[in-house]
Amino acid sequence: MTSRVVGVDVGGTFTDLILIDEQTNSVWLEKVPSTPQNQAFGVISAIEKTKQDLGGIREIVHGTTVTTNALLERKIARCGLITTRGFRDTLELGRRTRPAPYGLIAQFTPLIPRNLRVEVDERMDAEGNVVVPLDEGQVAEAVERLRELGVEAIVVHFLHSYINPAHERRAAEIARGIWPTNYVTAGSDIISEFREFERGVTATVHAAVQPVLDRYLSRLQSELANKGYARDLLVMQGNGGLVSSRIAADDAVQTVMSGPASGVSAAAYYATAAGFGHLVTCDMGGTSCDIGVVKGGVPEITTEKQLEFGLPIHVPMVDVHTIGAGGGSIAYIDDGGMLQVGPESAGASPGPICYGRGGERVTLTDANLLLGRLDKDNLLSVDNPVSIDAVESAMTTQIGETLGLGPAESAAAVIRIGNNKMAGAIRMVTLSRGLDPRDYTLFAFGGAGPLHAVAIARELGIPRVLVPLRPGLINAFGCIVADVRHDYVNVINRRLEDTDIAEVHRVLRDQVKTARETVESENVEIDDLSFTHHAHMKFDGQTHVLRIKLDDVDVELAELRALFDEAYWNRFAVRLPEMRPVLVDLHTTVFGRRHSLPLETLLAREAADDIGDAVVGERSVWFEEGGWQATPIYRRERIPPETRFSGPAIVEQLDTTVIVEPGVDVEVDSFGNLVLVV
Amino acid sequence: MSTIDDVTLAVIQNGLQQVCNEMDLAFQRAAFSPTISETMDRSDGIYHRDTGDLIAQGEWGMPIFVGCMQFSTQAALAYIQERGIEVRPGDVFMFNDPYMGGTHVMDVKFLRPFFYKGQIFAWFSNTGHWPDCGGMVPSGFSSTATEIEQEGLRLPPVKIFKEDEIDEEILSIVLSNVRVSEERIGDIKAQIGALTIGDRRLTELLDRYGADTVDSAMAEFRTRAAQLMRARIGTIPDGTYEGEAFVDSDGIDDRPLRIHVTMRKTGTELHFDLSQSSPPCAGPMNSVLATTKSAIYLAVKHIFPDVPINAGTFEPIHIADPDGTFLYAEYPRPVSGCAAEVSQRVCEAVFDALVKAVPDLCWAAPAGTVGNLSLGGRDPRRDRHYVMYNLSGGGYGGSLYGDGMSNGCSTTGNAATAPVEVLEQYYPILFEHYRLHERSGGPGKRRGGLGVNYRVRLRGGNAKLSFIMDHGRSGPLGAAGGADGAVNRIVLSYKDGRQYIPRHLSKDQGISMTEGDSVEVWTPGGGGYGNPLERDPASVTRDVFLEYYTIEDAAKDYGVVIDPESGTADLAGTAALRAQMMKERAASA
Repeated sequence: MTSRVVGVDVGGTFTDLILIDEQTNSVWLEKVPSTPQNQAFGVISAIEKTKQDLGGIREIVHGTTVTTNALLERKIARCGLITTRGFRDTLELGRRTRPAPYGLIAQFTPLIPRNLRVEVDERMDAEGNVVVPLDEGQVAEAVERLRELGVEAIVVHFLHSYINPAHERRAAEIARGIWPTNYVTAGSDIISEFREFERGVTATVHAAVQPVLDRYLSRLQSELANKGYARDLLVMQGNGGLVSSRIAADDAVQTVMSGPASGVSAAAYYATAAGFGHLVTCDMGGTSCDIGVVKGGVPEITTEKQLEFGLPIHVPMVDVHTIGAGGGSIAYIDDGGMLQVGPESAGASPGPICYGRGGERVTLTDANLLLGRLDKDNLLSVDNPVSIDAVESAMTTQIGETLGLGPAESAAAVIRIGNNKMAGAIRMVTLSRGLDPRDYTLFAFGGAGPLHAVAIARELGIPRVLVPLRPGLINAFGCIVADVRHDYVNVINRRLEDTDIAEVHRVLRDQVKTARETVESENVEIDDLSFTHHAHMKFDGQTHVLRIKLDDVDVELAELRALFDEAYWNRFAVRLPEMRPVLVDLHTTVFGRRHSLPLETLLAREAADDIGDAVVGERSVWFEEGGWQATPIYRRERIPPETRFSGPAIVEQLDTTVIVEPGVDVEVDSFGNLVLVV
Repeated sequence: MSTIDDVTLAVIQNGLQQVCNEMDLAFQRAAFSPTISETMDRSDGIYHRDTGDLIAQGEWGMPIFVGCMQFSTQAALAYIQERGIEVRPGDVFMFNDPYMGGTHVMDVKFLRPFFYKGQIFAWFSNTGHWPDCGGMVPSGFSSTATEIEQEGLRLPPVKIFKEDEIDEEILSIVLSNVRVSEERIGDIKAQIGALTIGDRRLTELLDRYGADTVDSAMAEFRTRAAQLMRARIGTIPDGTYEGEAFVDSDGIDDRPLRIHVTMRKTGTELHFDLSQSSPPCAGPMNSVLATTKSAIYLAVKHIFPDVPINAGTFEPIHIADPDGTFLYAEYPRPVSGCAAEVSQRVCEAVFDALVKAVPDLCWAAPAGTVGNLSLGGRDPRRDRHYVMYNLSGGGYGGSLYGDGMSNGCSTTGNAATAPVEVLEQYYPILFEHYRLHERSGGPGKRRGGLGVNYRVRLRGGNAKLSFIMDHGRSGPLGAAGGADGAVNRIVLSYKDGRQYIPRHLSKDQGISMTEGDSVEVWTPGGGGYGNPLERDPASVTRDVFLEYYTIEDAAKDYGVVIDPESGTADLAGTAALRAQMMKERAASA
């Protein structure tokens, strides 16, 4: 067995690769431009750049945005829908919401157009009793008709299939009988929960991206095989776990959040390996900022993600909240005289003014440059150098003149507003879920995350900021260290007092059994299997649920009630002894722990012996505390482990810049991570 | 001029907004009433300690409450001051009197003083729509009420909590007067829990930035919001614009009620006059003043969504009290139709005026009815009473930027409908279909969005059906040459084949249904925008292909000739037909 593993993550701009030889502790890092037309080219070219023999690689783990992009750009498979008579418009009607509270101009295009949605006679009631039997002849006709119309995938979506899937399964079987394809989806096989719009959309998303993912992965797998890679390619799923590429397409909907999941997954690994229990992750790039939460070493998961307006995806995915705040976010004065930053972004093109690609409006990056936080002589991605005076004068005309501030003060104001927005987003993902930011460490990565992290942490009372060793390659690293993960859920939907606890135990045990069998069927090396269980509960009459963690399978009814009461108090500041709790559903997650990778592996080789030798220069930098001051510049690769230094300081490295504000102490841990004590 | 720097100002503004958003979220997720938890019929805000002026309000609150809650807080503060009621930390006032800055009695407000370092710093208030507050019909929406007492229990500001202790006596009065009372205690606690969460968060904000700074910041926000709203209003050409809309009937007297708006724009101010609207009516379609004014604020805010919401936002908007009209109801006029229906019709009248003034910013009329249908009875299977309460969406109007959206929420709300799978779990009913209302979008260069068509059958026991809908007599108005959207329809079909169409078309109450009977509803489509004869023939062909309307409609409404065999447009035939139609229209005009 060889000791080499590869993580490769495809982002919007770059495809990042990290190859680690666990025996020799050698590390290869590559960054190549992404190839949006076919992401596989970028992946292969990153691998080729390492000049390593693929035959000697044990595992390749891949984070991909193939399905996310396919959905957002609607470059999806042509799908047909077979559904309950009277309900073909469910996917188009939605739930009568509009994208924003104010303004009535809105557009919504369903994933399957009306002409490809066919009704058949069948009907279940809410108890799962057959009201109208399934007309199998109509199903066969519908399949033929959709085939003639050139669909590539078929979704069968019937009312109340979460309680009785018999009709859906039979219809899917008929479809597969007539048309031997892998692309027939029965809605309840994807999620088994009530709410016909959300379940139908989730199933449709699955069907619409499955052929796209399948084609992509089989092509990539076979190219890798041609180059000598003998094992299964592993794919990052939206829940932060891995799955073999052979079966990834069976769960295609699970890859929709693959991109952000790898970052959160890396954070979870750091949380455990470097001894940080709870992390808020902040991945900030050019246009947006992804915020996630890792609690006790495990990424927080949501089952109610909305990818965009009218596109809910109700499968377990890392709970990443994305806001429009990045280096390219545009600063402006609104008509009320208030300074605003974003969500409009200059993106990579025209980009910030200082990139010299034609950008004319000031951005967060320009503000960082003016304050000396970024090195004007060593900016990445500059096309035509722009003088600092030009940036300064734009800042003055666009911001300073209205506020009556000089260029530096204006730039500082822009940064403060940008930080404030990100802090607000973090507050919503922590406080609104009953989490106190003061119990967390801010895990800052991406190109722009470490520039803003300390200020954001201060705003929120977060006591520490962790900047990992390779902030720009965290996603690729996340691929390498992620566990195999699968989620299972069964609906109970009964009052606690009417619930047979033996049924609860049986459901959980069955879920464990299925999970075990699935992991065993995958060709992946696993050190250890572990299981976690959750229940969703609510009070009778409510429609929203709370997620309750169960300690083990043998939970008792009284314990369920007590856990629920406590969770309710923490979230809503209310106790309701007079109300009857309902057990909505039971979740089991299996984690197949892979061999652990020592973080030391990533340590830089060129570290200096003494922290003083890591200082490579000095420049004048503006800080809120004390204004302009001479600030030492550290080279990250030169910083030795287990040392400390204090702000003001700037740490520069290839993939990012870290701002250490005055008064902040930096502890470098034994893994070379910077821990900034705010 | 503010003494606080602009940056701190923005930080505090975000902070106050987040306090309110968190209250909104906590209230919604913890509530029992599906009108709060699923349809988000609630709102939370912070109000000035002396004036009751709005300081900040949750972004996910029901839009109609935006103006109303300022009026209700002001009315309650006046009531408390007049009576010299002592206010202590932990007190919570509960009230729902529509004439005190309210909407209808089912919108129950809680008002809690926020103390900081021993002083009242501000007030928190929230509103939640309770599914029932007593009255002559379950849900409170009686279409034949002639007095407020028939609509439910009316509460002046009373302390439901005294220094954090619930007043069991007041609670028992309330619970003895509402239906399905066992769930109300859950809503009361959810509502108070949200205010408690607000209290914690605002305290943190003040600890951080200091009470004086936050206080001056709040004054400054008001100035800024007014300034921004003035700048937006300034873009409207000076002039006087008129708009109108009609309510089908008041539920008693089968005649339409007219809303007439005169909007005068001068400089950076808007003046609204409603005095030519119909006089007060006998039935529940009267509107209280707070709701009328809020509807106008809301319509303007829809056009300028980026202006933040506080008392300053509405400073440049002047509304003359519409004395003597049904839009200024006084005791004991019944008002249950005002929050959901009349307010939307007021918005439509304002849109009608605005789309003439700023055709690039506004739209043709949206469907504008919440489609309120309630069914109350006994479920023999579960041996219990129930009140089902179903709302639906309709089409939005077309605009310069595109066709209207189908199945959009009411103008005054922004809430999801309950899924069919949820309704069928709770009530003894079966939906036979739930689909687009074909042919309902008002023709236009940009057509209106489509309404909804559903049919629901009673599966067991007996039940009483009531509904307050609207636009049964005339569809939502088209604009800029576009045609009106389709009207609302409702038909009851008995098991034996007989049918019943309500006399007032969109309103009726207490209709008996037995097992096997069904009711079918078609909600309105949005109004069309621009001349339908200018609609791109390819778009018309696509609409026909998707069965939004028929080949015959394409010819009649759009002048587009489509070959039934190939499904493609006959361009020469279309040009000829359109030329002829334009000639006929010119002649008839």
